[in-house]
Amino acid sequence: MSALTFTLKISPVQRVDCSPLTPEQLHGKSVAEIAALPLWSGKRQLRVDEVFDISRIGKDGGDDDSEDSNDDHIVFLNSSAHLDRIGQGMRSGRITVHGNAGDYLGLELRGGRLELHGNAGHFAACAMSAGMLHVHGNCGDYLGAGLVGERKGMRGGTVLVTGNVGDRAGDQMRRGLMLIEGDAGDYCASRMLAGTLGVLGKVGRYTGYGMRRGTLLLTQTPVLHATMADCGTHTLPFLNLMFKSLRGLPSRYAQLDQNRVRRYAGDIANQGTGEILVLLPP
Amino acid sequence: MIINGVSIDDTFAEAFGMRATRVLITAQNHTWAMHAATAMTGFATSVIACGVEAGIERLLSPEETPDGRPGVAVLLFAMGSAVLMKQLETRMGQCVLTCPTTAAFSGIDSGYPEITRINLGKNLRFFGDGFQISKQFGAKRYWRVPVMDGEFMTEETTGMVRAVGGGNFLILAESQPQALAACEAAISAMKQLPNVIMPFPGGVVRSGSKVGAKYKSMIASTNDAFCPTLKGITRTELSPEIESVMEIVIDGLTAEDINRAMRVGIQAVCDLGRAAGIHRISAGNYGGKLGPYHFKLREIMRARGAA
Repeated sequence: MSALTFTLKISPVQRVDCSPLTPEQLHGKSVAEIAALPLWSGKRQLRVDEVFDISRIGKDGGDDDSEDSNDDHIVFLNSSAHLDRIGQGMRSGRITVHGNAGDYLGLELRGGRLELHGNAGHFAACAMSAGMLHVHGNCGDYLGAGLVGERKGMRGGTVLVTGNVGDRAGDQMRRGLMLIEGDAGDYCASRMLAGTLGVLGKVGRYTGYGMRRGTLLLTQTPVLHATMADCGTHTLPFLNLMFKSLRGLPSRYAQLDQNRVRRYAGDIANQGTGEILVLLPP
Repeated sequence: MIINGVSIDDTFAEAFGMRATRVLITAQNHTWAMHAATAMTGFATSVIACGVEAGIERLLSPEETPDGRPGVAVLLFAMGSAVLMKQLETRMGQCVLTCPTTAAFSGIDSGYPEITRINLGKNLRFFGDGFQISKQFGAKRYWRVPVMDGEFMTEETTGMVRAVGGGNFLILAESQPQALAACEAAISAMKQLPNVIMPFPGGVVRSGSKVGAKYKSMIASTNDAFCPTLKGITRTELSPEIESVMEIVIDGLTAEDINRAMRVGIQAVCDLGRAAGIHRISAGNYGGKLGPYHFKLREIMRARGAA
């Protein structure tokens, strides 16, 4: 597979909007054309080649600058937390980021695979509807939430985070799968509408605050607020099915297999048909 | 054509197009999956009065089922999609939803040229009275309905395909016990095959019918040509030594499935042979006027070496 590589060569003072650099938008463009594309940075526009060294590796491993080369894999090297909106609106292909990423990583992601080897800022996977975001590191607040002013967050796809996430992970999440291997901050799954959110580590305060539907899967009993109601311990067969569907994922979730849980329903201040399932030892 | 002393008639079984679906029922163990499957396939011998023809296809090991529990595969056949959907819904609601520990899943997802998704648990979810929970894993949607034993889980839809119903053959024997023994041997062999059911009790029907009757209200009546007690007073198909005739009816997902089932069944009967009192194998047809599928007995049995 060919890869188009962007190596960050400056230390950006302002944040840089990298949303034009997705496989679809670069498809069929030569390196020279890509180099001339404008990227917003604060109130200024920068050429891509002012920010990145660009190289295109062909299928044979050598340099390939033909226009018809297949740019379905984009690599960011030496990335920094100033690079926002990486993979915005991506529909297919792959983006791999080495280094940190800024805010809005995978914003409105609609397909393909976005992988980050580093930490992400706030609003990662925000308004995402399909595809996969795999973060080998930590994420900031509002992971998989909705855009400001919108009533729905993530609407589909899969988010894997190996590290910790900030507050409000899964805020207003509507559908899809979000699996966090580390800890989550406060208000995890707040205002959740549906979908499945897992946290293997600890969660902060007000977990499931305002949750309407959806499933929050935990391995440790959280401190819950008064409007989350304890429904007792149960063996739920649907968990077999869910864990089976996770088997192929590159995640610790692939090893889960116990289906004995303590079930909390809520938030009863807001419809109350959401659930927090705390896995119990078999 | 004579196999082991059994004469194979130069005739064909006439079959017609049906709609079919498969449902996988799982439960805590095979016993309870079978309870649900038995109830669901009860009173489903013939579309004439039951709406659907249904049967248990086979047991499923935990490795074969979506939720990793023991299960049973059930096939349902109907003359049209509307009646199949209606029957599936009522049977799911009364026979599977009600049965402790069960869950139900789609049994047809790929492998057929035309698959229509029909409701499996889509409407059953309303039994949850607002407490039902939808879960989507991969491309499939499931419903979790809270019930008194825990949760009833069901896939939202299953696949419906165009299928073939009414494949059959008749076993003509010297006595009733011999005819029945031959049927039992045939059914036991045919039950090993996938994609087919033999919907009648024990897989065998003794009241084969002809179209029409002397009574206006009857659309079908006894097949007097094959009734041994009427040999002297009707245009009989039976020779003097035949004292009992039984029929095996087969519904299959494809014509090839029925072909194979007929071959295996007839072979099992012929293996018993003339020594066990079996004289002839024939088949039921309506002169080729009713159904587009003609399963010619001799062609089927000639191909048995190749199969």
